[in-house]
Amino acid sequence: MSDSYEKKKPYGKTAILGVAAAGLYGALLSNQDVINNYFGKGGMFAILPIITAFIFSFIHGTFTGNFWTILGIEAKKKREGK
Amino acid sequence: MHEAALNFINLDLINILYLFIVGFIGGLVSGFIGSGGAFVLTPAMMSLGVPGLVAVASNMCHKFPKALIGAIKRAKYGQVDVKLGIIMGISAEAGVLYGAHIQENIKKAFGDAGSNLYVSAAFVLVLALVGGFVLLDAWKTYRSGNTDAEEKATKLAKWIQSINIPGTMVYFKSLNAKVSVLFTIPLGFATGMLAATIAVGGFVGVPSMIYVLGAPSLMASATELVIAFVMGLGGSFKYALSGLVDIRLAMIILAGSLFGIQLGAIGTTYVKPFMIKLVMGAIMVIVLFSRALMIPVYLSQLNLIQPLTEGAVKSLKAVSFVIMAFALLIGAFIILRAIWQGLKAEREVVSRAKEALGHGKI
Repeated sequence: MSDSYEKKKPYGKTAILGVAAAGLYGALLSNQDVINNYFGKGGMFAILPIITAFIFSFIHGTFTGNFWTILGIEAKKKREGK
Repeated sequence: MHEAALNFINLDLINILYLFIVGFIGGLVSGFIGSGGAFVLTPAMMSLGVPGLVAVASNMCHKFPKALIGAIKRAKYGQVDVKLGIIMGISAEAGVLYGAHIQENIKKAFGDAGSNLYVSAAFVLVLALVGGFVLLDAWKTYRSGNTDAEEKATKLAKWIQSINIPGTMVYFKSLNAKVSVLFTIPLGFATGMLAATIAVGGFVGVPSMIYVLGAPSLMASATELVIAFVMGLGGSFKYALSGLVDIRLAMIILAGSLFGIQLGAIGTTYVKPFMIKLVMGAIMVIVLFSRALMIPVYLSQLNLIQPLTEGAVKSLKAVSFVIMAFALLIGAFIILRAIWQGLKAEREVVSRAKEALGHGKI
């Protein structure tokens, strides 16, 4: 019965997302010159920072959400009568 | 075009950590009140030697993905009015373009000091009027002891909701009423204009949704994230066309702010609605003092008052930045405290429930 109070924590998923996010940041910081060169060109290249922002936000954003869940920091649960 | 790329600074570990932490605090506040943080992030980047326009562009490019993640999170809690957010977001986009146009004209006519004076004056005026009003309202609710009572729409909001202009009426779930888009468009436009001027459109967007349209605080601050997303996406693309976005800066700030925004969003589920107003009002009023300190500097640069000594200018700038950072830290402190207390109370409820269940079994 008490299991209904404790959802399983997403350890595996968080680890995979964490590695993916770290990989993205590693790639970004280790190729700064090339990236700055292309992203700073402007014009049609404007799409590059936008796409990058979306990719980073989904992977890292999902990771950070799970990160707090694992630490036990979650939204208040709605109860009946509330 | 390559000139912009040359403007991109070298990043070392200290810079990265600094941006990550400022990003985290900015994200925490944004997740909670729907915006904020940008007014510290842009000067923080500039203090590292990033040129002003690159700082503004990179801030914007971290803002829209952050707002998107925050909006998705808060939508899970049922706090987002997507329709209102998109309608106001599109009109805000127009406001941003117009606001930027005004800025350019002022810069052409009066130079950098004139443009800075205009920005600071807008800061002080808007924050004094709106921030003062929001803080007073939060204080009144706190004093009345009715902090649990449901928020009531203001008289102005009721009046606006009662007006029927055929062909323009749209139902908004946050208001549970139909309102003419002829009212939401100017509000969105003003939000965008403020965003283009002081970087934080939410200081007009959120209070206008609460007091003018009649949205509950929690829904207004969550819906602001949708507005920020629409506005930020358009703005980032515009700056990226000129090659001004430093993606490294944007993504490093995003790294911190995505931790913060998730936490700020979680925080909203533990607090009473007046807390949103309290945090927002407090930040606005403190920031107001920070900007007011800079007005003499710009006035002296324009020779409208006696020139200030170099030392005085430096001190005023430093104090102004510290007060701004303090505003954000105060906001972050109130939010973290609310989360901590909320979690503690929640755990007690759960452990009591478990205990009761355990007894029931035996």
